[in-house]
Amino acid sequence: MTDRVMRAREWARPVRPARREVLGSVPQLEQGRPPLLFVPGFGHGAWAFAEHWLEHAAGRGFPAYALSLRGHGGSEPAPEATLRAYAHDVVQVAAELPRRAVLVGHGAGALVVGHALARYPARAAVLVAPVLGGWSTLGAALRRNPAGTLPAAFGGGLRLTPRQLFSRELPDADARRYADRLGRAGRRAQWALLNPDQPEAAVGRPPVLVLGSPDDQVVPLSALNRAARRYDSAPLLFPGMGHDLMLDARWREPIDALLDWLDKEPATRPGA
Amino acid sequence: MPSSTDPGRPDPDPTVAPTRDGRPVSDRGDTVCVIGAGASGLTAVKNLREHGFGVDCYERETGVGGAWNWRHDRSPVYASTHLISSRPFTQFPDFPMPDSWPDYPHHSQLLSYFERYADHFDLRQHIWFGTEVVRVEPVEGDRWDVTTRSTGGYGPERTSRYAAVVVANGHNWSPKLPRYEGMEGFRGEVMHASSYKDPAQLRGKRVLVVGAGNTGCDIAVEAAQQASHCWHSTRRGYWYAPKYVLGRPADQVNDTLLALRVPLRVRQWLYHWTLRLTVGDLTRFGLPKPDHRVYETHPIANSQLVYYVGHGEITPVPEIARFHDRTVELADGRSIDPELVVFATGYLPRFEFLDPALLGDEGGQGRPRLWLNAFAPGHPTLAVAGLVQPDSGIFTLSHWQTVLFARLLRARAARPERAAAFAQRVTARAGERYSGAVKDSSRHWFEVGHADYLRAVERALHELEGGK
Repeated sequence: MTDRVMRAREWARPVRPARREVLGSVPQLEQGRPPLLFVPGFGHGAWAFAEHWLEHAAGRGFPAYALSLRGHGGSEPAPEATLRAYAHDVVQVAAELPRRAVLVGHGAGALVVGHALARYPARAAVLVAPVLGGWSTLGAALRRNPAGTLPAAFGGGLRLTPRQLFSRELPDADARRYADRLGRAGRRAQWALLNPDQPEAAVGRPPVLVLGSPDDQVVPLSALNRAARRYDSAPLLFPGMGHDLMLDARWREPIDALLDWLDKEPATRPGA
Repeated sequence: MPSSTDPGRPDPDPTVAPTRDGRPVSDRGDTVCVIGAGASGLTAVKNLREHGFGVDCYERETGVGGAWNWRHDRSPVYASTHLISSRPFTQFPDFPMPDSWPDYPHHSQLLSYFERYADHFDLRQHIWFGTEVVRVEPVEGDRWDVTTRSTGGYGPERTSRYAAVVVANGHNWSPKLPRYEGMEGFRGEVMHASSYKDPAQLRGKRVLVVGAGNTGCDIAVEAAQQASHCWHSTRRGYWYAPKYVLGRPADQVNDTLLALRVPLRVRQWLYHWTLRLTVGDLTRFGLPKPDHRVYETHPIANSQLVYYVGHGEITPVPEIARFHDRTVELADGRSIDPELVVFATGYLPRFEFLDPALLGDEGGQGRPRLWLNAFAPGHPTLAVAGLVQPDSGIFTLSHWQTVLFARLLRARAARPERAAAFAQRVTARAGERYSGAVKDSSRHWFEVGHADYLRAVERALHELEGGK
């Protein structure tokens, strides 16, 4: 793990600021627990966490926030956004929170969190159904949803179907409603997903938890295992759920597992 | 919040070490002592904590922020102080300033930044406010006895023993005031820039500003706006860099060239060429011709100085020769009659609690001899943080200095052979410089080029970690 001290490009060409949407829910009584910052994946906005998870986390005493990456949800449109700009958005919001935050990234938001961890010493990180990119991601997506994925491979929009994202337990009306709200990520960021730069080493050695479902139609189990191995852990699995664990019918189970893990105050990882 | 403003200290360790000179010493075990809770001290506390060390930080004032806290009696900031380096160069590398802030934030924003840094990383619980350090003495086993008392000298002195010490007491608080013949007999007012706080102090007066550092130029510009007349005395000609070139903060443009590894000569040529396009020949305004190439003195970033010279609001004058009763005689024989003389002649570092020899300053001239401006030969558990004068923001440098020190302390326990190799490098390379050729004056003792310096720290980190 080498530390990158020289960051000439970041100094010389800082990311242009963009107006950001941040939704939040705080507990009625401050209990000294670390704030959570949820980072949605490509196409999703802060709304995806505002649906259930923010309230639930606040109910259990954790101040909970979700942001929309630029170009998503209620944030400023940014068709040319890059992964670096997304990571910048996350670090900016995290540093504005009153205390060291736990970063929770979903889908490709986990890759963004991976990059943000190299620029912000998070208390801990949680990767939910992480899409860390690479050609295997494209392969899996093509197999499951050729019609929605193929245009994306040529710079078009990525269209995910409700059945890729949710289990059959979620009523069709809800599934369609959520799917209709999906936007699309910046073209350059989407391209970068195919051959992403490896995130630099995380600063401050945060403990990392990986959550997912073996029945996820976007992230195969092998990808979950790979992601967890990178952070010296094993994934926590929720069989029967779709890719969008925070919106699926049984959304309560993964968030409770996540908060239980934080309650145990995981120690920082050794080494680094 | 378990912070403390009363003169106190953490609960003394029950195991009281053998007394030294009859004084009781409480043993703080593996805890590290950090002196000062300014920018460099705060990042030292944060990085040591992050690497698992216990920390006691002593701060003579009652708040964080050191020099950037205008409430502190040693703070050099004045009402209009803004940053000289733009935001990306100034912020800590792992805690960005808000996007909504300007390119060059105001000093009050800096203070709020440090307060947020302290709160975000929960640092205040490790800081003992209102406590000054009286003595720091080495004891056997590379450990340190640190003697403290409440600021102002009230209350008894107490001594604690630490595994390591980080000195972060700042170097911009002890004014350097030149002496001139006849200065005592001068009837006008004389002040050092450290006591300049507000432009109202200049209003309607005939003012002579001495010194062409960034502070001197700022004060000259304010005198141009407020005073009835302003003379600006400089020893030599300087390059006055604008804060913006080609539509962007100038340091960001410069670092684009650095990132492309454009050689110094070419950068100097480009720079001269850009200046020619904007302000042109400075001697036309009566400013002396620089006797050096650009990048050979500490950069001065001031877009307004030349502007006011061009509007006749600032009269450039040479060095002072001597003072008379009511007038000041200049090196070229001219005589001027200022009512107020402001010396923006800088500061000297002072470590009054530390034997100068510990920092390799055998002659006691006030110039330590260290490696990376931070590590003292023969004292592997002592580090100085922030004793650098970069051509850019200082906090990034302090951050990496203290990360390196924390890794070194960890290596001492886990990989002693690597720590030993590091100690050898400290001895072999002490006194190394990290800038191109600079003018030799105490102004440039700690001058470093941020890119050269950070590359050296990066190498040191990788060497320490064995390239893993």
